[in-house]
Amino acid sequence: MAVLLSILVLSIDQYTDKLKSFRGYVSLLIVPLQYGVDLPISSVQNLSDFLLSYQSLHDKYTALQAEQANNQLKLLKFSALEQENIRLRTLFESSFKLGEQVLVAELVSVNLARYEHQVLVNKGERFGVHEKQPVLDALGVVGQVTNALPLTSEIILITDPNHAIPVQVNRNGLHTIALGSGQLNKLILPFLPNNADIVPGDLLITSGLGGVFPQGYPVAEVVSFTVQPDKPFAIIEAKPKAALNTSRELLIVWKNQSMIPLGSKSMTATDYAED
Amino acid sequence: MLRISHNNTLIYWLSVGVAMALTIIPLPFASLNLMPDWVLLVLIYWSLGRPEDFNIDKAWCVGILIDVLSGQLLGQHALAYVMSLFLVLKQHKMIRQFSIIQQSLVLGLILFVAQVVLFWIVHINHDISLSAFLWPVLTGILCWPLVFITLNKVRTLL
Repeated sequence: MAVLLSILVLSIDQYTDKLKSFRGYVSLLIVPLQYGVDLPISSVQNLSDFLLSYQSLHDKYTALQAEQANNQLKLLKFSALEQENIRLRTLFESSFKLGEQVLVAELVSVNLARYEHQVLVNKGERFGVHEKQPVLDALGVVGQVTNALPLTSEIILITDPNHAIPVQVNRNGLHTIALGSGQLNKLILPFLPNNADIVPGDLLITSGLGGVFPQGYPVAEVVSFTVQPDKPFAIIEAKPKAALNTSRELLIVWKNQSMIPLGSKSMTATDYAED
Repeated sequence: MLRISHNNTLIYWLSVGVAMALTIIPLPFASLNLMPDWVLLVLIYWSLGRPEDFNIDKAWCVGILIDVLSGQLLGQHALAYVMSLFLVLKQHKMIRQFSIIQQSLVLGLILFVAQVVLFWIVHINHDISLSAFLWPVLTGILCWPLVFITLNKVRTLL
């Protein structure tokens, strides 16, 4: 009886998404447990932040201020470039996508299935998070939302063996797909020929194909390129840019679907929705 | 083991909760494979001790909880737990007579059944090898005396 019920549930969940709301309700039961496990870990981190000496705080502060000034300078130039880009695109009569909105979510330190690279964050459907939203951190692409539960959501990392992300070489615009390897510091690019124009050190950015990830975010850096003379494709490995195992704050991204109408002069900068 | 205590249900859910917490405790990826299936060990303990109260239905519910907890296909742990607990309940009178060491060995077989069921289901969507699922069987055998003695202590104390 229970076996039949399990098999029924298994097949329903495999082929449809009818059990999504059920999963949501059950997840409410286990959220306290997840936060309970996370609590000692996050409080140790908070404590170590609290115990930082004045000197190290001061050093950190000045370093961050310098970085902030630096970034501000780059942004100034960036907005000029953005305007120029829009003008040029208007000349080519192609449209331009608006910036994205982001929501800051914090990692809940629990481990999900052991053969998957998935993490849990503390923002869920209640904040409007939904499936297939891209997730970034300060350095690059982290992954995408696989399950949006009421209070939490599960995020699959780009290094999961079942994950693939369409990328582009920043230097020359070469398109390909990066697959997860199952190791946190490695992505594989299995679909490039032996004579592909790609060298170690090349930056891979999202290409925007596939419609999940917005275009132009850094994904990984190529670390090795091995030619296989007897096979059609080369072995290329890349290292993810995002700090997949250390960053606690992740950014969940909302894409802005509306295009800027051609010839329009008004342009809003990227909006940041604070949580 | 047959000592009657009135708040067994409370201890049951508490011990299952602790086992679930142990399951999701963050560890380095390498050592994750070594973690025994704590929840299944706890369920086996209860179905050996009080088979009439803590039966298949409760195991099914716990399995569903674990599936949601680990963000997996719903029902896989439920199926694995139900099948292995069925074996335990069938033979619980015999298994109860064994010494702890003997029990561990018999339970090894049952844990193996559970892990193989899990492997089959997970294998539908993931390309993984069976070896990752055999470690929990081994560590489960080693951890059974620990679970058994701890839960016995807790039950006599409360």
